[in-house]
Amino acid sequence: MSSDSEKPTADAKPEAKPAAKPAPKPAAKKPEEKPVELPAFEKGISDKLVEKFADKVEVAFVKEDRVRINVSKENVHEVAEFVRDGLNYDHVESVTGVDFPADKEIEVVYHIGSYSDSSLGRQILVLATRAPREDNPIPGQDSTKLPSLRDVFYSVEFGEREVFEMLGVYFEGHPDNRRLLLPEDWADLPPLRKDFAIKGR
Amino acid sequence: MTAELPPGLALQKVDERIMTLNVGPQHPGSGHMRIVVQIDGDYIVACDPDPGYVHRGEEKMAEYRNYITNIPHLERPVIHDSCNVLYPYVLGAEEILGIEVSERAKYVRVIASELNRCIYTMYWLAIYGIFLGHSTMFMWPAGDRELLIDLMEKMTGARVTHAHFVPGGVRNDLPPNFEDVCLRQVNYFEKRIKEYAAVFYDNPILISRTRDTGVLSRQDAIRLGTTGSVLRASGVDYDLRVKEPYDVYDELDVHTNVMKEGDSYARSRVPWLDMMESCNIIRQALQKMPKSGSVRTKLKPNPKTKGPETVYKRVESGRGSLGCYIVSDGKPEPYRVKMSVGSFRNLIALPYLLKGEKLGNMPSVYWSLNYWPVEADR
Repeated sequence: MSSDSEKPTADAKPEAKPAAKPAPKPAAKKPEEKPVELPAFEKGISDKLVEKFADKVEVAFVKEDRVRINVSKENVHEVAEFVRDGLNYDHVESVTGVDFPADKEIEVVYHIGSYSDSSLGRQILVLATRAPREDNPIPGQDSTKLPSLRDVFYSVEFGEREVFEMLGVYFEGHPDNRRLLLPEDWADLPPLRKDFAIKGR
Repeated sequence: MTAELPPGLALQKVDERIMTLNVGPQHPGSGHMRIVVQIDGDYIVACDPDPGYVHRGEEKMAEYRNYITNIPHLERPVIHDSCNVLYPYVLGAEEILGIEVSERAKYVRVIASELNRCIYTMYWLAIYGIFLGHSTMFMWPAGDRELLIDLMEKMTGARVTHAHFVPGGVRNDLPPNFEDVCLRQVNYFEKRIKEYAAVFYDNPILISRTRDTGVLSRQDAIRLGTTGSVLRASGVDYDLRVKEPYDVYDELDVHTNVMKEGDSYARSRVPWLDMMESCNIIRQALQKMPKSGSVRTKLKPNPKTKGPETVYKRVESGRGSLGCYIVSDGKPEPYRVKMSVGSFRNLIALPYLLKGEKLGNMPSVYWSLNYWPVEADR
């Protein structure tokens, strides 16, 4: 499942090497100047990641203020450590789980920002990884598992707890994998999975 | 039986001396949430916040409605700050639907969101005052807030839950003569909140209860990923209106209020300073706003998206950075909407701050986090 080419996320063709790019257009650019220049600063960030990890990371897009990389679950911890130590990002703003039943996978997306490096003030690094998905989930005990990033970024603690209860992704190494928002006796499917249907809809 | 549970799910053994105390969800001092504190005598040794009592599944509901019909329910998490809660969603929807916004609409949005920030902060200040036993500080903000609510009512037709921002601008143009009324009210409002210093912020009793309680150092504020007034009270100069200006904030002169102390007092003072900054921003926006022009790009009832895309937009709300991550698969409904809200991010600081604190200091620390339980639960 290594860094699958994602379906609804790709806003341009995702390519493994960002070296030669037909590239996503930054918003509000005239169509005639067609070899679109990637924003230089953001390109620098993605280049550093590719230089360090080569094929292990897949750069999905480089847009103004936003860089997105897709990583397989085996490498996500290592990449996150480099993002913290090598690129000066210091906190995770949000942890999002997205269910893709057609791919039999659940995507977990970390939006990583930086307070301490003022040049990164407007940057968000989007780090996405995917876990296998089972049709009859037993949260915590099936194969839907990912390594936790809690020891790299402390700020993911509640975010990962929320993804665990809402999508059933168990984070290995997280010290506190309890429910957060849902009631303790919730016995249905994890509610943000696509096969959990709202009544009447 | 506990042996079969994966690590983290098992029950933990507590010492004999330690008493576990449930604060909330019915306790008025906890908001709509439960805080499980373990106390040794008078001191808190561990704290486990348990939100979720007002979880409404906004994110799930958003997957079943199209980009326009999502608007009225996505603002529910914070009804006093409904413009700011909608803001990142609307910015994201504009990018996905490919809509341009007129200059005047951007200014109207800035004015509305700054007014909303003040309305929210006044409500929070009223609650903060009453839980510290200062009932004047409940009455004054609750009364002065009405001024701005009247303004929002003139502007949008509703006192709270305005549903005013739509992809493509704002729902209605400003009423005639709004600029003058707004300027007068905002000037009076600013004069009024400056008087709070004498009764509240310079009050020795308040200072003795909040100084040096719940100190969050700069490093920890960054490490825990806190945001908004909590972050700025710990000495980090970070405000998205300056760092990543959206709409017309780059044309306005925005000053970031930062305090170094990181205690409850600093956390309660920064939102108050932010309100004065909001008044400045509103005055500038009223001056620079184009006097006429369209405020809304017409949309079809069920607009088409440009195609599969993901966007992450963020704004500075009354409680800090508010991000909205929208995954679109090209259908009229979003595939996934995730709101990354300031309250949820600041909650992680609560167990950290309360450890070693006296139980009696819990209200001042908890409410100084500028925490809104309904927003955190979504």
